Amino acid sequence: MSATTSEVDKPDPAIMAKVQPAHLEPRPLVENNRDYAWITDKICRIVEEKTPTWWWACFAVACMTASFTVMGLIYLVATGVGVWGLANPVNWGWAIVNFVFWIGIGHAGTLISAILCLLKQKWRTSINRAAEAMTVFAVVCAAIFPVFHVGRIWFAWFLFPLPNSNWLWPQFRSPLEWDVFAVSTYGTVSVLFWYMGMIPDLATIRDRATTKFRKLFYGLFAMGWRNANNHWRNFEGAYLLLAGLSTPLVLSVHTIVSFDFAVAQLPGWHTTIFPPYFVAGAIFSGFGMVLTLMLPLRSIYRLHDLINQQHIDNMCKITLATGTIVGYAYSMEFFIAWYGSNPYEGFAFINRAFGQYWWAYLTMISCNVISPQLFWFKAVRENPAVVWIISIFVNVGMWFERFVIACTSLANDFMPSSWGYYSPTIIDILTYFGTFGVFSVLFLLFIRFLPIMPMAEIKMVLPESDPHHGDEHH
Amino acid sequence: MNFNDYGLMATFKSAKDLVHAAEKIRDAGFKNWECYTSFPVHGLDKAMGYPRSMVGAFTLTGGLTGFVVGTLMIWFMNAFDYPLNVGGMPFFSFIFPFPVMYEMNILFAAFGTLGGMFILNRLPRHHHPLFENQKFLKCSDDRLAIVIEVIDPKYDEIETQKFLKDLGATEVETVQDDN
Repeated sequence: MSATTSEVDKPDPAIMAKVQPAHLEPRPLVENNRDYAWITDKICRIVEEKTPTWWWACFAVACMTASFTVMGLIYLVATGVGVWGLANPVNWGWAIVNFVFWIGIGHAGTLISAILCLLKQKWRTSINRAAEAMTVFAVVCAAIFPVFHVGRIWFAWFLFPLPNSNWLWPQFRSPLEWDVFAVSTYGTVSVLFWYMGMIPDLATIRDRATTKFRKLFYGLFAMGWRNANNHWRNFEGAYLLLAGLSTPLVLSVHTIVSFDFAVAQLPGWHTTIFPPYFVAGAIFSGFGMVLTLMLPLRSIYRLHDLINQQHIDNMCKITLATGTIVGYAYSMEFFIAWYGSNPYEGFAFINRAFGQYWWAYLTMISCNVISPQLFWFKAVRENPAVVWIISIFVNVGMWFERFVIACTSLANDFMPSSWGYYSPTIIDILTYFGTFGVFSVLFLLFIRFLPIMPMAEIKMVLPESDPHHGDEHH
Repeated sequence: MNFNDYGLMATFKSAKDLVHAAEKIRDAGFKNWECYTSFPVHGLDKAMGYPRSMVGAFTLTGGLTGFVVGTLMIWFMNAFDYPLNVGGMPFFSFIFPFPVMYEMNILFAAFGTLGGMFILNRLPRHHHPLFENQKFLKCSDDRLAIVIEVIDPKYDEIETQKFLKDLGATEVETVQDDN
């Protein structure tokens, strides 16, 4: 942008004449020169039009899928945690795996809304809202598991800083207690950030409303937003501060989740690489999920002008980068296990790759390390169908990563006499399967009733929104 | 001047025209006026003579409160009300429960930020004379407008209208206050 180029950035004209650089126009973020009214209409129409048939079909399927979680949990509470496959020595099975999986999914939403905002990545605007919604719903799905794995859920309030029936308080030396604070703060702050960003867009829908219900519903949540510059001034300040707060928050959440493992003494868990490795993995899986959700959404609502190839390219590249970081972490773990010369640690890693769970390890490596490498090729990135399939691989691979970490280490620890083999029960499987339904129900409600893209932010990146638009380049 | 008037609404063609007009209105010494755009226009704060937003003060207050509340909570629970001996370690330290204090810090700071945004913007306010004007509602779509209120000391129905037209407004009209 000409307006932000300072004197220092300007190259010496003498050199420029010699080099003769090619003049490349940056690709527009919104294609086909769309104007403000088009953007407003495109996004608001999704909320205002009659509920499409495909939506009802998807919603019905999602509700049915979600019912598996509901029934699974009712059965668990009515019978006891024994209905899950947890038993000595693997007392942390699918519940923790699913929890970490869903929490990780959420991280890409915060990365897009907060970290990319601080880094002034303007392409984030069109995917930002849906990614934040994904974060909130993923946290909801994640929260199901720690709450219900206690079995007697009427004691779940022991997790909170309240005195229990013996007047005992929670113990703050435990990473599990840190996790309670980290995840609940993360969920709350994500909702606040998501909601605040939505206020101007809710006001737009309110101002266009033709029905009484819409005027009341959107009007109530728009809080009387008037689009005044004074409003925008405080809004932008608050947005930047929330982005600044969410950035360390998102890094801390998965760090604390990784402490659940890393603080334990178990070989394969007790490693210092866990925090950065978990954060990279979380962003990796989250971008996988963003691609899985945004590509169909773009086709259904014909949002190709707003989510163009540049957006997909960038998301693929982040997936590739984080996937490679994850691959590096896998190999570094092996190296340190060998270099550290601890026989237990060494065994834990050999056992991971070649022991009884070799199939899980193989799935993890092929989905997480090998499949994203295809994103090096432009032809792959430009084929939405292939990108979508790879994004599914990423999701699968990241679930297996958590399975490998949680289960292989527990199943074969220090003493061979206490080794075991963990298998999930059908209740485990169906409860987890159902959480995709829970997520889909929430996400479908989101795309039906709320603005799926931040209109104000997209309008802001249009060239004509720049007050210097049309000025001579100086 | 009509007692039912709220102000004059001038519409501008582009963000560029709006910013230039805002600079002139600021220089002319108007006090009770505001720009309405469906997106934040860069440079408009400066053009209107607004200082930096004070939201940060609310964030800081929230953050400090959160940190202190978190610290006191842990100290009260694990060291004062029911001292909990875990492996002979100190009952309280700033190190072991730091993640909790940190999360409380961020949680309260986020509430402070959102609350600060609402307080500084005097929101929620569901009724406003401007909402009664159908053309004003287009400001959340594609209209770029400046409203000069009648309560401004420099306001004069004829003069201000002419002034706004001279600034390049495509349309100037009076907004009623029916309440």
